[in-house]
Amino acid sequence: MAKDIHQADREVVISIRGLRNQFGTQVVHDNLDLDIYRGEIVGIVGGSGTGKSVLLRTIAGLNRPAAGSVDVLGLDVLSADQDDMGDTGANWGVMFQDGALFSSLTVRENVEVPMRTVEGLDPKIRRALADLKISMVGLPYFAGDKYPSELSGGMRKRAGLARALALDPQIVFLDEPTAGLDPIGAADFDQLILGLSRSLGLTVFLVTHDLDTLHAICDRIAVLAENRVLVTGTMQEMLKVDHPWVHDYFHGVRARAALDTKTAADVATKD
Amino acid sequence: MTETVPPYIEITSTDAAVTMTLRGPMTLPYVTQIDAKFEALPIDRTVRADLSGVTRFDTSAAWAIASLRARLETAGQHLEISGAGSGPESLLKSVSDAMPVITPAPVVAGGVIEWVADIGSAMADAATFVLELIGYFGLFLSRLVRSIRHPKEFRLTALVHHCQEVGFKAVPIVALMAFLIGVVLAFQGSTQLKQFGAEVFVVDLIAVSILRELGILLTSIIVAGRTASAFTAAIGSMKMREEIDAMRSLGLDPATTLFVPRILALVLMLPILGLIANVMGLFGGAIMAWIDLGISPAMFITRLVNGTDVSHLAAGMIKAPVFALIIGIVGCHAGMQVQSNAESLGRMTSSSVVTAIFAVIMADAVFSIFFAQIGF
Repeated sequence: MAKDIHQADREVVISIRGLRNQFGTQVVHDNLDLDIYRGEIVGIVGGSGTGKSVLLRTIAGLNRPAAGSVDVLGLDVLSADQDDMGDTGANWGVMFQDGALFSSLTVRENVEVPMRTVEGLDPKIRRALADLKISMVGLPYFAGDKYPSELSGGMRKRAGLARALALDPQIVFLDEPTAGLDPIGAADFDQLILGLSRSLGLTVFLVTHDLDTLHAICDRIAVLAENRVLVTGTMQEMLKVDHPWVHDYFHGVRARAALDTKTAADVATKD
Repeated sequence: MTETVPPYIEITSTDAAVTMTLRGPMTLPYVTQIDAKFEALPIDRTVRADLSGVTRFDTSAAWAIASLRARLETAGQHLEISGAGSGPESLLKSVSDAMPVITPAPVVAGGVIEWVADIGSAMADAATFVLELIGYFGLFLSRLVRSIRHPKEFRLTALVHHCQEVGFKAVPIVALMAFLIGVVLAFQGSTQLKQFGAEVFVVDLIAVSILRELGILLTSIIVAGRTASAFTAAIGSMKMREEIDAMRSLGLDPATTLFVPRILALVLMLPILGLIANVMGLFGGAIMAWIDLGISPAMFITRLVNGTDVSHLAAGMIKAPVFALIIGIVGCHAGMQVQSNAESLGRMTSSSVVTAIFAVIMADAVFSIFFAQIGF
């Protein structure tokens, strides 16, 4: 069981117990437990091939595990049928690594796709709401008329986030939101996620390698290693963990640099 | 979990102000009716909204309120909100901040001039397309000559692989098609020729039409359908995933590595497929002539050998390499036009098949006129 600290009285929105994922003979997760609480931003870290994205896909119902249970907002994802998933699908959104926008639709039409499932929604209002979501993720108005192939990688990620947020979900899953962005774009994206999470009351589950993101916005970090969630906790708690991989990860050269930047930024804001 | 009670909006209007009391869920499924109520409000006086009875509040509701506020403020009035919790309050604020400034799309001028311009640009596109195809033909020739001069660069394995794909694997469908065409020709020909008692000429009919035209033309159409599309899809998906760019950056020439083996395989295989089609077509015709008209196989062969000049076979086979070049070049060219979205891959694949078939039939017509002129 992961070492968990002072989380007793908060509402659990995602609960994973005894999860096992394997592809052929290769075991990715074994007896994995994890709880995610309402309103928090959780960063999932782990070495390449430790199954971070597989975990995300499993919780979002895109991958069937070999064993274990996954409860999201009180619904057992693994035994739910299509209708239940449809209802709950409105309660979570997934942003894939490169946006996974439908290439034959404009950005606005992409954001409208999930809203089309809402009965009786006036097309004019749907369009206006799509424009609002596009604006909320920091894209200019004219981006709505463009096709995904006409956008930069960063804009595609923002558009992907707009689509994930189209139905005001309670939980969003973000797969490497800042990968492939320049440092300024990545920092902007971090602040965007933080701002949206606070104003919409979102629970954010994000898979990342970006130490700056972990420092800047994550309330809690979960480390995937040895086929399970090795430890969860805040950044400060991570720094004290003496597991060799965790220690290397949070005390490496890059981690130090990110920490220094963060400390400098904190000092600057205090002044 | 899902709420079934719709939101309830109570409106009391006085000369000085409108007071709204909102209760229940203000969420996406109800935003159409909420917005309709808001639209109907008079905007010549202050509006007071009491949100204390709202159970759920999402971005769409915040949008409806923000739009109402924008309308009121344009009319010089304002919206007073009370009873909103801290959650809705902050959501309302971020939505108000993010309300997009709608810039109207530029108006497209219609009319005759646009229409003429469209025709002009379509013509220009068509001309460019033909020029590009000729360019690809030149590219293929130059890379082929280069491969002959530097045999080590030539990709023999790829050539053999594509020969198997476009040639060997197409044999069953081509043979079956030609056999059936032979049967149909014999059947149709015999019913007509019987009227004149000239049944025996059915042999000439079958031989001339299959050897000169139908054998190679129909084979080319089948090959255009299965091979041009395969070339486009393979090269197009490589283009989509930047594999072509990767090849260029590694110093590999896409024309040498991708086009030459494919097009050369077609040029080598299509005559063979055409020959198989000719044999199977004659075979089908002979069987039908035997069954329907009682022309024995021995008689069919005698009539075929004596009555049909070998020039008919030559007139058909000479077209095969040309058709092969057309199909291969159209397929490879279309593949290189694929952009980075899935839609364009599908569009280019279907367009390559249509273009290849059309171009083959065009070329066949040109050959027919040419042969007629020189009396071949």
